[in-house]
Order: sequence, then structure tokens, then C-alpha cells
Amino acid sequence: MPEQLAFALEVTANGLMAGVLYALVALGFVLIYKASGIFNYAQGVMALFAALTLAGIIDGQVPFSHLINAVFGTDVHYFGWNAPAFLAILLTMVVMIGLAYAVQRLVFRHLVGQEPIILFMATIGLAYFLEGVGDLMWGSDIKSIDVGLPQGMNTWIDDSTFNTLGYGFFIDNLDIVASIIAALLVIILVMFAQYTKQGRAMRAVADDHQAALSVGVSLNFIWILVWSLAGFVALVAGIMWGTKSGVQFSLSLIALKALPVLMLGGFTSIPGAIVGGLIIGVGEKLFEFLIGAPFLGGATENWFAYMLALIFLVFRPQGLFGEKIIERV
Amino acid sequence: MKLKLTTLALGAALAAGPAMAELVFPSLSYRTGPYAANGIPFADGYADYFTLLNERDGGIGGEPIRMIECETGYNTEKGVECYESTKGEGALVYQPLSTGITYQLIPKATADGIPVHSMGYGRTSAKDGSVFKNIFNYPANYWDGASVAIKHLLDINGGSLEGKKIALVYHNSAYGKEPIRTLEELSKKHGFELSLLPVDHPGQEQKSQWLQIRREKPDNVIMYGWGVMNQVAIQEAANIRYPMDQFIGIWWSGSENDVRPAGDKANGYKALTFHNVGDDFPVFADIKKFVVDAGKAAGAGDQIGTALYNRGLYAAMLAAEAAKTAQKIHSTKALTPAQMRDGMEALEITEAKMAGLGLPNFGPEFTVSCENHGGNGLVAVSQWDAAADSWSLITEYVQSDQDVLKPLIAEDAAAFAAESGITPGC
Repeated sequence: MPEQLAFALEVTANGLMAGVLYALVALGFVLIYKASGIFNYAQGVMALFAALTLAGIIDGQVPFSHLINAVFGTDVHYFGWNAPAFLAILLTMVVMIGLAYAVQRLVFRHLVGQEPIILFMATIGLAYFLEGVGDLMWGSDIKSIDVGLPQGMNTWIDDSTFNTLGYGFFIDNLDIVASIIAALLVIILVMFAQYTKQGRAMRAVADDHQAALSVGVSLNFIWILVWSLAGFVALVAGIMWGTKSGVQFSLSLIALKALPVLMLGGFTSIPGAIVGGLIIGVGEKLFEFLIGAPFLGGATENWFAYMLALIFLVFRPQGLFGEKIIERV
Repeated sequence: MKLKLTTLALGAALAAGPAMAELVFPSLSYRTGPYAANGIPFADGYADYFTLLNERDGGIGGEPIRMIECETGYNTEKGVECYESTKGEGALVYQPLSTGITYQLIPKATADGIPVHSMGYGRTSAKDGSVFKNIFNYPANYWDGASVAIKHLLDINGGSLEGKKIALVYHNSAYGKEPIRTLEELSKKHGFELSLLPVDHPGQEQKSQWLQIRREKPDNVIMYGWGVMNQVAIQEAANIRYPMDQFIGIWWSGSENDVRPAGDKANGYKALTFHNVGDDFPVFADIKKFVVDAGKAAGAGDQIGTALYNRGLYAAMLAAEAAKTAQKIHSTKALTPAQMRDGMEALEITEAKMAGLGLPNFGPEFTVSCENHGGNGLVAVSQWDAAADSWSLITEYVQSDQDVLKPLIAEDAAAFAAESGITPGC
């Protein structure tokens, strides 16, 4: 096999894997937008907050320890135990559900019926608030997450491709795990939406709030449910990205990677987030390999992803899988 | 125009005004935001050293120190706001702790007559004191770093890099691009092939760059990264099984934060440094006694001895020594920014002086002069030991290639002088 073709195939495979990681972040945006029409600017910070909480629980860190020490003159930082990963994930999920409840009760319940831009502004405020709370609760230092996920080159793929194609492909074990988890997540979310009572209620709310209310669906409950689901997706994304780079405050910037995915896949489609992620992932990696690095000096991935999304917007403003908005006068 | 002149006159009057009763050192820190993990230890080290001087010695030359901390969030606009809001307090010297803020402060601080110390960052050609009269970047700058990285690679390759491939992985910003010109000149001189791999901010996704490294198999990789870019790069290098001892980062890619997330796989990674590492220095016993145990530490006391804490402490030590020099020159305890500038320009750091401060062999010996605001360009190489969870110096302080750097600095400084209408001179 020609060397360049082998390289291109390796880049494509890695692009698909990167796309899955982008899609994981995009999924959280889709869930909330689909059910409530809110573009949740805070989704990236939710991933950060979930990852910080998980790392803090695993390490047995005392939340708000700096504040406690400053107020009471104590010197407590750790409980002195490490929580098992599974228990820590469960406890983090409880925290994320609590957050969903608080967000709904304290913020969005008071903004029902407001313009979408007001709701969007509220999520900007929520993002900065959550970032500050995360800092105060768990500190600013970089934390490691170890929930037992494998990392590093998959030697089986390396050996197999070397024996068959003459060039060993690099695929990160973490990316493979992320792909499997993302696939499971999409299946679970789609099945939940299609086949459960709450899922059907969620879809009813997404279609028409007023009509759903009139048949006895509780808007408050559904929105808490949706924010909890988005919190769960944020936790999964936080674990994957946090394992890659350590848990730190720039983790919230992964939201920037999700925006072109949403523009391309559509803001209202769960499969759209996955397909959009894959197209963006492969597109940006292949462009960098074929054109960016050799002719443009490299570092083209960020702007190329947005450019690709813009091109799609021109021809299909609702995204590949988004619902076409028809407004009749 | 009238308003502008009035503002300038007011600024000059403030700068040249009567000496304050305290020595004011602003700290433009970033304890929040994406880079807080790096900003906190530096700010703690900077503050703790001044607290130590106040508690143990009653300040500098008997004059108490007042440190004003202002949060920049590593944001250039906020950094400038911090400068504007604190300069009237009698600020003696600014450490902007950001290349972006430094670039903004160069004209402002020059007009206000307040010195700026951008230690190991900022505009490299500020080393030319005949042009940048108020800007100092001793003891080393980005170009010194690039040059010493190449010198180290020459040392471990038997004195020749002929035919070798060296890749520069850099933050795609003004900071990250700083070493390119130097490395290009050095590649001509030593015959190595240089490839450039930019990484866009913030650098969480670097698969393309590391796949390229895996394909091209460079003999060495040099990194000019920052924040999350460092951790991801080291993790990706480990993933593709790139030998860590052939991977060398600038000092902003050489903190514990950068290597710990990769665990044992980061073992052997190298980083340049212009100060020593660890806490095995007598000054730390004093910091524990007078600052931490007294409950006056800036942080929790858990950062002492880390690379960035030591850098903050080193910056404070250099500021305090410059203030002492200024007090001697002007025979006064209270200082003005102009007098502080004179002290910085006459600063001489010797081993005897550092040993006397409880910091033996903590940094290179260097002198500052009107022509040379950047010191002697001495840089060492440190290496990460994952098992011991610590850095250790593996070389002496080595001087950068002045034959290559001097003309580059002169060229850049001359260009700045021409565009700013400055007449160089000492």
C-alpha cells in the first residue's frame, strides 16, 4: 500500500475517534436544546464541574476546604480516604442531579416564557457561576482522573495493520473506549426517548410546551430530568477529556469543539450530534494532513471545523438532521 | 491632545513624585481562570518571599514592603486595568506574568517611568536596554531557551546535529512563535532539519501533530507550550511512545502540573529552567518558620519547592535585590520607580549573594547593564523523575549562543526603535 494512503487511512481513523469525543460534548447541548429550546452555554463548564467533582470524590477531598479553613481557621483538606471509581461516579451523578434541580428551581423556572436570548444569557451567567463554584469547591490545581480506562497505543491494531498494510496504525485505547461508550450512550438515550413514559413526555415537551402541559405533563419535572441527563452526558465527556489532559479549568473550552458539530448535525438530533462529530473529526484531520500542514503552516483544525459547518449552514441551515423550522404568518 | 498631554504630565509627576514610605510591589497574578493552576504557585512564591522579608528583616533596608495583588485571570485587558489601577500607589516594578500583558505595558510603563520585569517571557529584544530603557528580562529569554536546548542536544549527540531532524511543537501564538527565528538560524549553523508544528489554543486536541511526529520520526522534539497544551502533548508523546528523554520543553512547559497527569509515562521528560528546583535550600526553613507556621503564607503552603513557586520566589528575590541596589545607589531607603529602575540596571547577582540569601546555586550569576537588560543568557536543563515526583537539574547553567542571538536582538530592537521613534542610547 502506498505510504501516503496508509497515512491518510490512519488520519481518517483517528479523525473518527476525535469526532466521537466532540460528539460526546455536543450530545449535552442537543438534549437541553431539544427539550427546552435553551442553547446551554454552560455545557462545557458542566463537563468541567462533573469531572472536578468526580476527581475530588475519588481523592477524598473536602469540598470548600479553602473557604472552611479561611472562615473557621481549620486546616482540613482531605478526608483521608479514596473512594472507589464506581461509587464516585454514582455520587457525582447525585451532585449533577442536585445541580439540575437547583438550576431549574432557581433560574429557569423564573424565566418561563422569556425570549430565547434571555435564556441563553442566563446560561452564560450559569457558566461563570459554576466555574467559580467549582474553583471554590475543589480548588484550581490540575487533577488526574483514574477510573481504570486504558490509555496509550493499541498494540493489536498496530501489529495487525503493520502485518497487512505494511504500516502500523496508531489508535489510542482511550479513543476506542470513548467510541464504545458514546455508541452505548446514544442507544440508551434514543431508547429512553422512544420507549419510556418519561422519554415520551420529554419529546412531547420538546414538540410543544403548552400542549404537553395541557395533557398533564409536568414541565418542571421534565426539565429537571433533561438537565440531569445533560449532567450525565457532561460527566461522561468530563471523564474522557479529563483522562486525556487532566482535570483543569480549560476543560470547559471543549464546548468550542462541540459548536461546529451542532451547526453541522443540527441542534435537535441525537444521531445528528454523532454524525456531525464524525464528519467534523475526519474533515479537520484530513484537511490538516492533506492541505493544512503541507501548504498552510498547520494548525488549521479549529478554523476548518467552523468553515465546514458554515458551508453546511449555507445549504442546510437546520443542520443535517435538524428539524426544518417553518413559521407561518 | 491637551488632555493627552495632561495625562502624560500627571503620569510623569506620579512616577517622579515624592518617595513613598513603603516599598510597593504589585503582583499581577492569576489565581482564577484556565491557567490558575500555574498562576497560583507563582503568586504564592512571589508573595511569600516578600512576607518573609517583612517578618524576618522588617522589609528591605528597614523599609516595609507592601505587595498589592491584582487578579488578571491571564487576560491582557484585565492586566492593563490592574496596571492602571495600581501604578498610582507608588508601584516600583511590574511583573506582568504574561507576554500579552507585557507587550501592552511596554509603551505605557515607559511613558510612566515605571520599570517592568518580564522574567523569561515578554519581548525578547527588550534585552537591549539602549532601546527598552524601562523593560528588563533577565536572567534569560525565549531565544536563550531555544539556543540552550540546541546546545544540550549538541552535547548529547557528540557535538553534531548534522542531518538530525528536530521538531518544534509550539503554541500558535506570539509566545509560541518566538523561538522560530532563532531555531531557523541555528538549523543553518548546525545543519539540522527543523519542522514546525503549531498547536491552536488551548491545545486539548493534538492528534494531528503527534501523528505527524510518529510518521516523520524527528530525533528530538522541542516544545513551547502553555497550560493544557503541555499536559496533552506529554500524554500524546507517551501514547506514541516517543522517548521522553528526547523531548524538551521551555520553562513554561516544565512544571509539575505538566508532567503529573501522564503519570509514570512522563518519566525522563526534560525542561529548560533559569532557576533551581526543589525545596532543599536554607531559605525555605525561614519561609516555614516566619511565613507558613505564622499563618501568613499566601496559599496553603503546599506549593513550596514546586517549579512555579520557586520561580515566583526567585522573581521576588531579584526584585528585592534590585531594590537594595537602588537604595545603595541613591542612599535612600524609600524609593521611586525611577530609582528602582537604576537599581535593576545595576543589579549583579553572584553566587556569594545568593548563598547569603539562603539560596545557594539557586540561579545563574549575572549582571545587568544599560546595554544589557537580559543578563547573561544562562539556562540549565532539568529532568522529571516520575518515581520521585520531582525535577532535578541535569546540567550546569549554560550560556546561549551569543553569536547567533546578539544580531537577532539588535535587529529586532532597532526595528522597535524605528517604529516607536526612540533614539537608542545609554
